[in-house]
Amino acid sequence: MATVTTEEAAVVTRGSMTPLPYRVVRKRRENHDNWTLELEPVADAIDPIGPGQFTMLYAFGVGEVPISTSGDIEASGTTLVHTIRAVGSVTKALCAAGAGDVLGVRGPFGNTWPIEAAHGRDLVLVGGGVGLPPLRPAIYHALAHRADFGKIVVLYGGRTPEDLLFRKELARWRSRLDTAVEVSVDSAGPDWSGNVGVVTKLIPGAAFDPDDAVAFVVGPEIMMRFTARALIDRGLPPERIWISMERTMRCGVGLCGHCQLGPTLICRDGPVYRWDELEPLLGVPEL
Amino acid sequence: MPSKGTSEPAVLAAEDLDALLDALRDEGYRVVGPTVRDGAIVYAELDAASALPAGWTDEQAPGSYRLARRDDEALFGYAVGPHSWKQELLPPRVRLWQARRNGTLAVEEEPIESEPTAFVGVRPCELAAIEIQDTVFLGGRFQDRDYAARRADVFLVAVDCGDPSSLCFCTSAGGGPGATEGFDLALTELLDGGHRFLIRAGSSPGEAVLAKLPITPASAADLEAAGHVVARAARDMSDRFDSTDLHDLLLRNLESPRWDEVAERCLSCGNCTLVCPTCFCTHVEDASALDGSTAERARVWDTCFSVQYAEMHGGNTRPTTRARYRQWLTHKLATWEDQFGSLGCVGCGRCIAWCPVGIDIREEVGAIREEEEQHAHA
Amino acid sequence: MRTLDALIVESPVFKGLDQDQLELIAGCASNTVFAAGDRLFREGDQADTFFLIRHGLVALDAYVPNRGQLTVETVGPSEIVGWSWLLPPYRWHFTGRAVELVRAVQFDGACLRKKCDEDPLLGYDLITRFSQVLVSRLQATRLQLMDVYGDRHD
Repeated sequence: MATVTTEEAAVVTRGSMTPLPYRVVRKRRENHDNWTLELEPVADAIDPIGPGQFTMLYAFGVGEVPISTSGDIEASGTTLVHTIRAVGSVTKALCAAGAGDVLGVRGPFGNTWPIEAAHGRDLVLVGGGVGLPPLRPAIYHALAHRADFGKIVVLYGGRTPEDLLFRKELARWRSRLDTAVEVSVDSAGPDWSGNVGVVTKLIPGAAFDPDDAVAFVVGPEIMMRFTARALIDRGLPPERIWISMERTMRCGVGLCGHCQLGPTLICRDGPVYRWDELEPLLGVPEL
Repeated sequence: MPSKGTSEPAVLAAEDLDALLDALRDEGYRVVGPTVRDGAIVYAELDAASALPAGWTDEQAPGSYRLARRDDEALFGYAVGPHSWKQELLPPRVRLWQARRNGTLAVEEEPIESEPTAFVGVRPCELAAIEIQDTVFLGGRFQDRDYAARRADVFLVAVDCGDPSSLCFCTSAGGGPGATEGFDLALTELLDGGHRFLIRAGSSPGEAVLAKLPITPASAADLEAAGHVVARAARDMSDRFDSTDLHDLLLRNLESPRWDEVAERCLSCGNCTLVCPTCFCTHVEDASALDGSTAERARVWDTCFSVQYAEMHGGNTRPTTRARYRQWLTHKLATWEDQFGSLGCVGCGRCIAWCPVGIDIREEVGAIREEEEQHAHA
Repeated sequence: MRTLDALIVESPVFKGLDQDQLELIAGCASNTVFAAGDRLFREGDQADTFFLIRHGLVALDAYVPNRGQLTVETVGPSEIVGWSWLLPPYRWHFTGRAVELVRAVQFDGACLRKKCDEDPLLGYDLITRFSQVLVSRLQATRLQLMDVYGDRHD
């Protein structure tokens, strides 16, 4: 039986619910409601974060939200990079922070993208809307270790051209010549000369070999379902499709019960999941 | 036959129970145990053995809990009341830390104000519930600091069950009315042939306390009597709940029409989660002082029945009572096993008694099973 | 330089055509090119053609008062533009604009409709193939309608 002695209890030093102070060192506006914050530890740093993982970001007195890491991890050292959409009171407070302001950070939590599973294979990364930031660290990693992969294909879908994130980088990645980047928007005006239509339309024509590819998909749940279906129709087996899940999250450390989806705790077993393992759960409405 | 514990079983006369409480206090423990208050047997600080619910029993049925007089002076002659030990180990509201904003973020963790406490009268189902919560709060990659500190300072005095209520089904939930492990001391109350307790230690701290008590060696008759108490209690509970294939049964039937049916009765009040000894969900409250200079975070009991429980930006993933009831029951009886390696339910029956509309989870599971069988033969 | 026949039978919508069907259909087809900005067809006009895009991007536009010209979808290589030729009232529902240089196989829909009247089996086969096109357009449109990336106003 798990009886905790006083000595063992003392080893639990900084509580898992206690944030570390991080200072905003740079802030970039990505579009009308998305900002990227770069944070540096004021004193202690959290453990190194991996692509796909998240931290709980705390806005003083307002609250905390889980935000995926979205930067170039290998180039960042202890600096944390997070791209945040201002939709609620906490994210709005975070996005209102300026350089010099101090936020709280807990983490890193969750699991990472199985990048090794894509070694020697084609890597397809499909992002929808704010799904691109959690993929970006995997993209940076793959491009920095280009020879480890076959084709690299980035497919990105947004609402309108004005909503697209990281446009400059998308163009830069494409200009590398060894990386395919295709973008589509749900609707557009006359200034847009790119694709219009759902991101799944980009899949049939994308340049990868379904027999030897791995896909990472992030976006609204319904977009991930349609995308997985389209990838499977193209011949990619469900065991080589990985998604990143999101659910109500409060503690991020597996102690509060909120992020359950059936048998899994997303903060602990996810947020990255293999499609075939999660699909049955996603098919049960209101699970 | 109750377990032997680490020492030879001994006998403590009922009138010497104060010696036990005094010994616990001498060891520095604050003593919490059962007492009658407001028509129920609840857990509160005990000054003396005279505060115990002598001669009281509980009569429980779906949606109903009443105290009744016994025709003897048994001190622990009831099943379980609305309280569980989680109110000590996982207090309803705990401040985790305070913070100042003074050019940086200075966070000061809250000192954990818990005194060493002896829990007296812990039922075997409650021992099981404590073990389950230990797994949740101490067994994962991240521990709960507050729970760990409180848990380390607890002395457990278990009391075997002689009088399960009609709602008890611990034997169908992997447990039983006799305490086997996880306690410091365990008692079995014996009434015939002199009011006394068979007492045994289950740990070194237990042995230390036992050594201070005016005990006498247990006779073969004492041991046999104690064995009968537990065996009879277990027999009384047999066939209360068919838990065959429970995990897979529920997960195969997530769309059973029974969920719609129970949702029509369920008030989504969350009483079940309040009284359940294993329910552990909490949420986090972040607040700041009016002048914005200080902030604090508290951990507060939450219930998956609350409408806000599954709210996130962009909506609510469980907006209906049906979805929330299904979540609670399938978590408790099925997916808890996937998440924490054991059944989440200990068979104490509290959720059945304290549900205002008397929903009986044993009946619900039975109905889902029957529904599946009918469907298969349709 | 690939023949018209090869281009047709290799496209997803016409895959598996037998030789006779291919000849009938190819008889109504010709190669065509549009420069960037050219209009392929206008909303409301008589729809007697459809296109199999070989290269380039075609935007399907609608003019919405107060919002201006909106592109509801772009159609690219191997995709079909135009199903209005198949069903009455045979009118284009959107305006087609070449976003960039477009090479396409243009089909004379009126000619094909006539051949379908004469050969109902061919007609049945074409309806089946174009139903697939419509279904996948419908699925895609529905997903677009859900506006999954938008703000939820709760």
